[in-house]
Amino acid sequence: MIGEPILEVEGLDVVIPLLAGTLRPVRDLAFAVARGETFCIVGESGCGKSLTALALMNLLPRRARRSARRLRFAGTDLARLDERRMADLRGDRIAMIFQEPMTALNPAYTIGNQLEEAMLRHRRVSRAEARDRAIFLLEKVGITAASSRLRQYPHQLSGGLRQRVMIAMALMCGPELIIADEPTTALDVTIQAQILHLLAALQREFRMAVILITHDLGIVARVADRVAVMYAGQIVETGAVADIFARPMHPYTQGLLRCIPVPGRTRRGAHLGSIPGLVPSLMGELAGCGFRNRCVYASPPCAAGGIGLVPLSPQRAYRCLLPPRECAANAAAAAAP
Amino acid sequence: MTVETFSGAERILEPSAGALLRRRVFGHAGFMIGAAIILAILAAALLAPWLAPHDPYAQDLTRRLVPPVWDAKGSWLDPLGTDQLGRDYLSRLLFGARISLLIGFSAALISGLIGTGLGLCAGYFGGRVDMVASFVVTTRLAMPVVLVALAVVALAGGSLHIVVAVLGLLLWDRFAVVTRAATHQVRQLDYVAAARATGCSTARIILAEILPNIMNALIVIATIEMANAILLDAALSFLGLGVQPPLPDWGLMVAEGKEYMFFSPWVIAIPGLALFTLVLAINLVGDGLRDLAAPENRN
Amino acid sequence: MLAFALKRLALALLVALTVSIVSFSLLRLSGDLAQALAGPSATAADVEAVRKAYGLDQPLWVQYLAWARQALHGDLGTSFFFKEPVAAMIAARLPVTMTLGVSALLFALLVALPLGILAALKPNSWVDRLALTLSVVGQALPSFWFALMLMILFGLKLRWLPISGTASWKSFVMPAIALGYYGMPTFMRLTRAGMMEVLASDYIRTARAKGLRAPAILLKHALRNAIVPVVAVAAVQLGFFLGGSIVIESVFALHGVGYLGWESISRADFPVVQAIVLVLALFYIVLTLLADLLNAFLDPRIRVG
Repeated sequence: MIGEPILEVEGLDVVIPLLAGTLRPVRDLAFAVARGETFCIVGESGCGKSLTALALMNLLPRRARRSARRLRFAGTDLARLDERRMADLRGDRIAMIFQEPMTALNPAYTIGNQLEEAMLRHRRVSRAEARDRAIFLLEKVGITAASSRLRQYPHQLSGGLRQRVMIAMALMCGPELIIADEPTTALDVTIQAQILHLLAALQREFRMAVILITHDLGIVARVADRVAVMYAGQIVETGAVADIFARPMHPYTQGLLRCIPVPGRTRRGAHLGSIPGLVPSLMGELAGCGFRNRCVYASPPCAAGGIGLVPLSPQRAYRCLLPPRECAANAAAAAAP
Repeated sequence: MTVETFSGAERILEPSAGALLRRRVFGHAGFMIGAAIILAILAAALLAPWLAPHDPYAQDLTRRLVPPVWDAKGSWLDPLGTDQLGRDYLSRLLFGARISLLIGFSAALISGLIGTGLGLCAGYFGGRVDMVASFVVTTRLAMPVVLVALAVVALAGGSLHIVVAVLGLLLWDRFAVVTRAATHQVRQLDYVAAARATGCSTARIILAEILPNIMNALIVIATIEMANAILLDAALSFLGLGVQPPLPDWGLMVAEGKEYMFFSPWVIAIPGLALFTLVLAINLVGDGLRDLAAPENRN
Repeated sequence: MLAFALKRLALALLVALTVSIVSFSLLRLSGDLAQALAGPSATAADVEAVRKAYGLDQPLWVQYLAWARQALHGDLGTSFFFKEPVAAMIAARLPVTMTLGVSALLFALLVALPLGILAALKPNSWVDRLALTLSVVGQALPSFWFALMLMILFGLKLRWLPISGTASWKSFVMPAIALGYYGMPTFMRLTRAGMMEVLASDYIRTARAKGLRAPAILLKHALRNAIVPVVAVAAVQLGFFLGGSIVIESVFALHGVGYLGWESISRADFPVVQAIVLVLALFYIVLTLLADLLNAFLDPRIRVG
């Protein structure tokens, strides 16, 4: 970790009671994010990463329940905060960027109105000052003719521009932490790179911590400092990005990396890896490892009890019954051409 | 990893489509209550000659404005009291049910035929026909219905037939609008194209393919218009320009009792309550039908 | 945009024209106007005299053209009964009807909007069920009966409000309630559905993520979008109120256009009836046009760009 932690999470659970039973989309999550670092949470659709982000901000849907042993943001216990004080934090010290820029802005108000509102809510400034800050940030995110843009409505901007506006809006009060939930998934590939580049630059300039949620390992490789791999509501592996890519421990991480063609290493015409099977149901209690029905190394002990995180070093851990040496060997075998 | 096999026994034990429908219908409180009330009123109306203690037209000027049986001065001779001409209210209520039901049903039928016909043509043929039909609907919507109905009935005479005819000729707009939209939608579907491809005549396509599919919506609209017709007829009679005395029309009973309402409030309370109950029941049934036909349209 | 507006205007005029033709024909064809005017005790000779005197022996289209030509010049004819210009009579009564219509609309909205918003915030709660029950009950109440019941309760038993006449603003309270309650369910349902849809949208989540508090989110962000269909329907509903006030006006003895219409029908004073039908239809047409314009204006996606 680069610096002291700005966010510490331990034992985070999200539970949704349904008629058919209890859904547990997030189970016993634990991670920490340092000031100024980019922390990626990566996993496939349905693994619970978006709900994790919402849980951090306490923006979960009405029926969902969040609980955590430890949920500290810069010394403040988020779990015990009432809604009023949480609302004070949101948009001010913690900001969030969502996946769908096309629908994230209110069509009835101008860009300027919505940007200024973000600041006027938290700071005692005049409208003119908020407007100036909006223009400043719009230019920072690469939008030209910023002052005339303020008068425009969301439907007059393209998806890429709208996402830039969302980023500017998140920055209005100078947050210490930004949670970005798949910010580029809905955009064209060419725009994706621009937005990621922009985020990284802004992060360096404003010294913010960023939690980036994505399903794209390519993005992880490009921007992350540290990674947490999620599967079926749990973190199955965590560590520095170079480490994870070079020496994936958990069979799921290994499987993910096998799916990516690597120039120079993957033979032409060779099969790309795939992970057979389906994600297990998130209903009820999970006994044993959630990945076992798709894991080539699964054995009877994998079905019993709860499988804890095996720490390899302060920032490196994985959740599997296989001992480290065996995992490393599997990783090497998988990486061999 | 095992793959679940599909057990034949489970298939047999699954409830049939009919049973599922019955379960939903009986589970829908609003629908059941409304249907029960309507059936009760229908039964009362049909059995009126046997249920009514007196002749609804028989006046007894010695027993004017007798309160209902729950009042101190009431008696079981006239359980719901009498009106200003000594006529038994219960009897009048029962026979009045016949009038309301008859008017509601007939007006809904006539307006249904007109509106559905118009809507079918507009939705099926589109283009110019649609333009003309929409224009007709807009014109009808622009007219102040109550006023026009009043005027026509005043001129043509307040017989039951005239009232039904006028209401039927005025309340078709919702039928037309909904039928047009539904026809338009159904017309684009594949089996209509298939029917046309095999050379079915237009009339046959409309009757056999399109109509059955919009029946659900039509029945719901029919209940709405039936309720509207009953309320409108009551309003017309109340204003004195609808059904004429001495018919025991509920609206007329309210009008006739208006003068005495401050001292004998039941004279207007009872027929009004009867109207309210009937219309409420019809609305409940209509809402219930709509819910049952398309539950996804609910909240 | 201009071409569209002109087309709508032309259509509106055509509708007005058709309404006048239809009502003219209906009034003259439903029965014998001359007989109605002359009265039940008139002889055949009397009826013929009346017929000639009022030009009722002419062919229908001749009568209509005569009327239309006058109407285009603003002369809506002369009352058979009062021998006064109809236009003046209507103009004198119009303020009462318009006050009643607008008050009824305000009442309906004042009840429906908060209920709809609360019901949307807590679906399936007691508020939601209350709102739904009020809707169902409201649509089944006969207006004249409801009016009389209100009269008995507030006019007689409690003596809070006057039961007839137009002495003060208090005279319009009960009539506004009796006329407006029927429109309340529609508004409530629209508001509720609209709010539920809007509250589930992404931009509300963004607003919450910005740290905005409930009042700002509800009123500034949610309502602004949910209210658009309600506004358009409100304009049309006002048209219905204006056209359908006849029952309430007669119950409460408010001398508005509807009451005049009823009296005129009873007196067989058909120039007045014809003119009232036309005026009310024009109001409705103008209000529907207004509704369309409001719809376009309130949605920036249509208004700008």
